[in-house]
Amino acid sequence: MILLSTIRRILTQLRHDPRTIALIVVVPTLLITLIYFMYDGQPRVFDRVALTMLGIFPFIVMFLITSIAMLRERTSGTLERLFTTPVGKMDLLFGYGIAFGGAAAAQAAVAAGFAYGVLDMNAAGGLGLVVLIAVANAVLGVALGLLCSAFARTEFQAVQFMPLVVAPQLLLCGLFVPRERMVGWLQGISDVLPMSYSVQALTEVGAHPDPTGTMWRDLGIVFGAIIIALAVGAATLRRRTH
Amino acid sequence: MDTAIEVTGLVVRRGKRTVLDGFDCAVPRGSVTGLLGPSGSGKTTLMRTVVGVQVVASGTVTVLGSPAGAPALRSRIGYLTQAPSIYADLTVRENARYFASLYRLGRDAADAAIETVGLTGAAGQLVANLSGGQRSRASLACAIVSRPEVLVLDEPTVGQDPVLRDELWAHFRRMAADGATVLVSSHVMDEANRCDRLLLIREGVLIADDTPAAVKKAAGSDDLDQAFLNLIRAHEKVAP
Repeated sequence: MILLSTIRRILTQLRHDPRTIALIVVVPTLLITLIYFMYDGQPRVFDRVALTMLGIFPFIVMFLITSIAMLRERTSGTLERLFTTPVGKMDLLFGYGIAFGGAAAAQAAVAAGFAYGVLDMNAAGGLGLVVLIAVANAVLGVALGLLCSAFARTEFQAVQFMPLVVAPQLLLCGLFVPRERMVGWLQGISDVLPMSYSVQALTEVGAHPDPTGTMWRDLGIVFGAIIIALAVGAATLRRRTH
Repeated sequence: MDTAIEVTGLVVRRGKRTVLDGFDCAVPRGSVTGLLGPSGSGKTTLMRTVVGVQVVASGTVTVLGSPAGAPALRSRIGYLTQAPSIYADLTVRENARYFASLYRLGRDAADAAIETVGLTGAAGQLVANLSGGQRSRASLACAIVSRPEVLVLDEPTVGQDPVLRDELWAHFRRMAADGATVLVSSHVMDEANRCDRLLLIREGVLIADDTPAAVKKAAGSDDLDQAFLNLIRAHEKVAP
């Protein structure tokens, strides 16, 4: 099956690059540790910030990796060549989504496991839900990365999309200023940014032992944003080009 | 003559430039057809059109009876781009196996293609670590892995050593003898002598479409380089 072999191909490319694997797995854990020492003696603040970060790191990392990987497909000619073969657009989009989503799951499991087990992060809900939301966020990063790669001609340009896509979501997701205390128009922007919902979902997991309706609704919204980004991304993948 | 590729009134614009303007040609099935012309003459654009990845302004391109780019054609054609388009961070074997899998073919097909291009000894190496010539052969392996009925090759022998170039041409001839249609672009005129037919193209205009012998005869020169030059001059006199 073409989708399966595409997933395998993408993961094999990753496997040939041990340094990237190490960075994917280790960096979020290191940063969470940094946060732990920053909020030394303030365990409740650490709990809140670390939990949010567990959702944000996979988004950032997967956005970057995917936009560069897809840009390479476009600039190296492999994408043009693939489009002369029986490959479908969906094989490529889901291939990247599933392969990098899997990598994100490993990343989130290590970081969340470390935060719970070693750094004594307290969250009322379980580790599994945290990882689930982190993976949804990572797949959102993959989908937006696929989309943004269409608007970059070089890797230089591609990395510039990161501050553009990530920074507003990070600033307005409620981590720095609670969303309900923002002025109306900022709240309006925050309301349409998907990361606001994944952070809210993580906050729900932190506060309640069982998954809440709000959490499922938020997760559903993130899932919807993934579908929209993939659909728009599919529209930017053209079999015929000038 | 049984036609594999038929191009009628093809117009292709890239940006403001008209690359092909009312281009017509036909490529017979089971032949090796050479596409010759200087760089920038429209060879690559014509090939991209045949494999169905080029936006076309007008005209028709028919491949094996279907419009170029039709989904049914995708498992029947092979395309080698001018710059090697394979994954540099995979080995030769991993690349060939991935491309084989796109046609639902297995390891045997991949290994056979690698053998054909003479890379069996380097099959386990990462493409990034290969020489330029090896890299383009690895790319060629991925184009022939499905034993396509129509094989479109953009400058497949650039940078290859003479012995290997000879072997590759022998292989293209063998594929044509087995019924495949090979459209191959080249700068090297001595390769043109090994084609069944030649398409000479300059600035998007076809200036000759015949067998090498007939082209030489029409141009009054036994040397293809000179023949090409004569044809261009004759053409410019007719159509200023």
